Amino acid sequence: MTSTAVEYYLSAFTQQKGKFIAPWFSDQRRAALDSFQQNGFPALRQENWKYTDVRSITKRNFILTEKGNGSVPKNQINSIRFNELDCHELIFINGHFSSKNSRIGNLPDGVILESLVIACDIHPDMLQKHLGNNANYTIGAFTALNTAFLHDGAMVYIPDDTVLEKPICIFYLSTETKHSFITHPRNLLILGRNAQATVIESYIGIENADYFTNSVTEAVIRAGAKLEHYKIQQESEQSYHIGNFMAQQEKDSRLESHSVSLGGKLVRNDITSNLAQPGASVTLNGLYMARHRQHVDNHTLINHLEPHTKSEEYYRGVLDDHARGVFNGKVIVHENAQKTDAQQSNANLLLSDNAEADTKPELEIYADDVKCSHGATVGQLDKQMLFYLRSRAIEEDKARSLLTYAFAEDVINRIKFVPIRKRLEDLVIGRLPDAALIREFAA
Amino acid sequence: MATRSQDVEYLVKKEYKHGFVTDVDSDTVPPGLNEDVIRLISAKKNEPEWLLEWRLEAYRHWLTMQEPKWAHVRHKPIDYQAISYYSAPKSQQDGPKSLAEVDPKLLETYEKLGIPLHEQKMLAGVAVDAVFDSVSVATTFKEKLAEAGVIFCPFSEAVQNHPELVRQYLGTVVPTGDNFFAALNSAVFTDGSFCYIPKHTRCPMELSTYFRINAANTGQFERTLIIADTGSYVSYLEGCTAPMRDENQLHAAVVELIALDNAQIKYSTVQNWYPGDKNGKGGIYNFVTKRGDCRGENSKISWTQVETGSAITWKYPSCILRGDNSRGEFYSVAVTNNYQQADTGTKMIHIGKNTSSTIISKGISAGHGQNAYRGLVRVTKTAENARNYTQCDSLLMGDKCGAHTFPYIEVKNSSAQIEHEASTSKISDDQLFYCMQRGISPEDAVNMIVNGFCKEVFKELPMEFAVEAQKLLGVTLEGAVG
Repeated sequence: MTSTAVEYYLSAFTQQKGKFIAPWFSDQRRAALDSFQQNGFPALRQENWKYTDVRSITKRNFILTEKGNGSVPKNQINSIRFNELDCHELIFINGHFSSKNSRIGNLPDGVILESLVIACDIHPDMLQKHLGNNANYTIGAFTALNTAFLHDGAMVYIPDDTVLEKPICIFYLSTETKHSFITHPRNLLILGRNAQATVIESYIGIENADYFTNSVTEAVIRAGAKLEHYKIQQESEQSYHIGNFMAQQEKDSRLESHSVSLGGKLVRNDITSNLAQPGASVTLNGLYMARHRQHVDNHTLINHLEPHTKSEEYYRGVLDDHARGVFNGKVIVHENAQKTDAQQSNANLLLSDNAEADTKPELEIYADDVKCSHGATVGQLDKQMLFYLRSRAIEEDKARSLLTYAFAEDVINRIKFVPIRKRLEDLVIGRLPDAALIREFAA
Repeated sequence: MATRSQDVEYLVKKEYKHGFVTDVDSDTVPPGLNEDVIRLISAKKNEPEWLLEWRLEAYRHWLTMQEPKWAHVRHKPIDYQAISYYSAPKSQQDGPKSLAEVDPKLLETYEKLGIPLHEQKMLAGVAVDAVFDSVSVATTFKEKLAEAGVIFCPFSEAVQNHPELVRQYLGTVVPTGDNFFAALNSAVFTDGSFCYIPKHTRCPMELSTYFRINAANTGQFERTLIIADTGSYVSYLEGCTAPMRDENQLHAAVVELIALDNAQIKYSTVQNWYPGDKNGKGGIYNFVTKRGDCRGENSKISWTQVETGSAITWKYPSCILRGDNSRGEFYSVAVTNNYQQADTGTKMIHIGKNTSSTIISKGISAGHGQNAYRGLVRVTKTAENARNYTQCDSLLMGDKCGAHTFPYIEVKNSSAQIEHEASTSKISDDQLFYCMQRGISPEDAVNMIVNGFCKEVFKELPMEFAVEAQKLLGVTLEGAVG
């Protein structure tokens, strides 16, 4: 059954061949496709996909979109922008860069911020040097497909000792089209030595839009550099989203990743960080909220490869109705990585008897002088807290909303960057019943 | 630092104390596995037709199965055709009527192992169903148990004397096709222990068996079945040692526990099989399926294990919490030294209402040892108010060892409360220094710290086992400070 799906993508590749950008990339495309052909789509019996069944994706025939397919009214675009935030905006509509809607401000010397298609023309050397170095397509079908069909996305390059003060917002907007479609957004983030940047990836779907986003982001964070990365996933509830983020971290570099997953019918987020040199540190925060029949799967992998590396992880899930949330956090402390400090925590809130939470925090440790711990919980709202609120004349469902928000807010509060925190607070509150009441309390 | 590593050299690796081979004539079937071998085993045991069919069904299923590869262990492929599936001490065939008739060499073996079978049997108050290479040799305290109505006998005897009980319960917890090794065991098991505690009976003594693998190239396939009927209680002890040997020996046992309404089973294990030498050569492969079924309301099954031996340990004593208000417990200390590998943990399957489970797992890795905790806590939709608390801690000694944690938590009921905690650390220099400046030798200091680390588990063991376990830990970890 999956073999027909594989066939489908193989023939799509042959058809598209002439239209691909960057001829120098074709060898990698081919190799990725071969790897995909060999391994096919993941099945439930594969440990990494134990809780997520991708057959709903493989039995569909998503088509690749042409540029200009799907029009978006101006006010809709304006509504997704971070109006309260002074930032550089790149807007992609159905996988294609929309230069007329994007706003890139003045950039410090040497900074590159372009769509991949444009960067191919202006900075081919830079792209050729970095593209595909950290996104290992042999590990999974979806990264392989993204590599094979690589078309557009964002390229961010910050030279050594440069701080980009304004954040970069990359919007991937998907609209309703005649045929359900697939996009393969690809982002390349390169931070030179001691560089600093904030990148916000935002995936938004128009209600009822039916599509599949298969994104890959690769980041290189050089010595002393700092990347703050946000991923805000608000795909439509009919859509599929598979996102892979891979970071390579050098000496004393720092990655802060915040991932908030709200939309999508079937969502899988993979985050991998390689702490490849001493002093590198990473913080992964995540919030996933699912309702109806949504399925959200978060997989994180932290490789402690060298001594004195540090990782912190904090994920929370709120699951309602028939939703299913999956968390798999793996920390590997390799033989060399003495003095590793790795902490991880995952908490899940089940709001309905039909919801399901599957969590698997994993530790693999091959060094001895380490401090590692993880914790995982699954539970419901505290009865005593509910009672307390009820005793103060707050109705039960309102009290539940308030407490649910308080649970989710724990992740949001870890975001230091105020405008983004405010926006996320707003999004999360908007997801809950009694939004007005919560706003009143939160204010 | 230099002195430290010299200390390590000096203290390193005590030789395996129980490594000797008793020279007994074995009636051994030539290596290989096919339906004829199974028929032969069944015939030798004088088994009823249904049991033979049961075995053959398991064997046919086994043929369709693949050896699982998911465990975090590495070993050479096992040649199942190179194993001899039946071995009985020859001198036993005439059937000893009392201890005096038992082959003195066998008794000597037990003597060396310190089993309280001969003189110690009265003192220790322990009934021993000693298993020596697949055939039970002697059973003590039978009368006293019979008085209480408790049936405690070798499995083969139970098949002859209580076929209805065996037939009713065998394979109901671990079905023949459950997993690769359980299927193999079901097809070829030779003996084991059978225990039935009648209604409203508190078993008057702690039951225990000692397993010992002896004849070379003989895989040992034990089958244990314990049934605690309504309102009964039993505490069962299992302990193992094995002689030194160069070839890897396969051990694939199956243990089934059944607790009916208000019944309680406490199952304790101290496992000290030959772990291989300090270069990782030899040692036992211990691939065991242990599962308890809390079938009745308010029933309770508690597993306590101390795993210090075996080259590879691969076992997950589990509880199926089917009855309402039933309770499962798992307390484990697993030690790996040299090149030992352990992938162990538990499964708690919550099905009934108000079920609760506790998991306390302590892993200690030293030398090149690899120690993995793999556990599953599953709360099904029907399990209202399920409660689980899991704590797994790892202690690392030496920079070549590994400690891994793979907990699976699956919850389908919103009234569940599941907590999981894990930590990994090493014995800190501060702790050692503190002890040493008070005149405690490094070895004793490590012993103390390790025993403190394991205390929560040891206190669950019956007294005499707890003492043995502490000693065992000391021996296993001797010289592992690093």
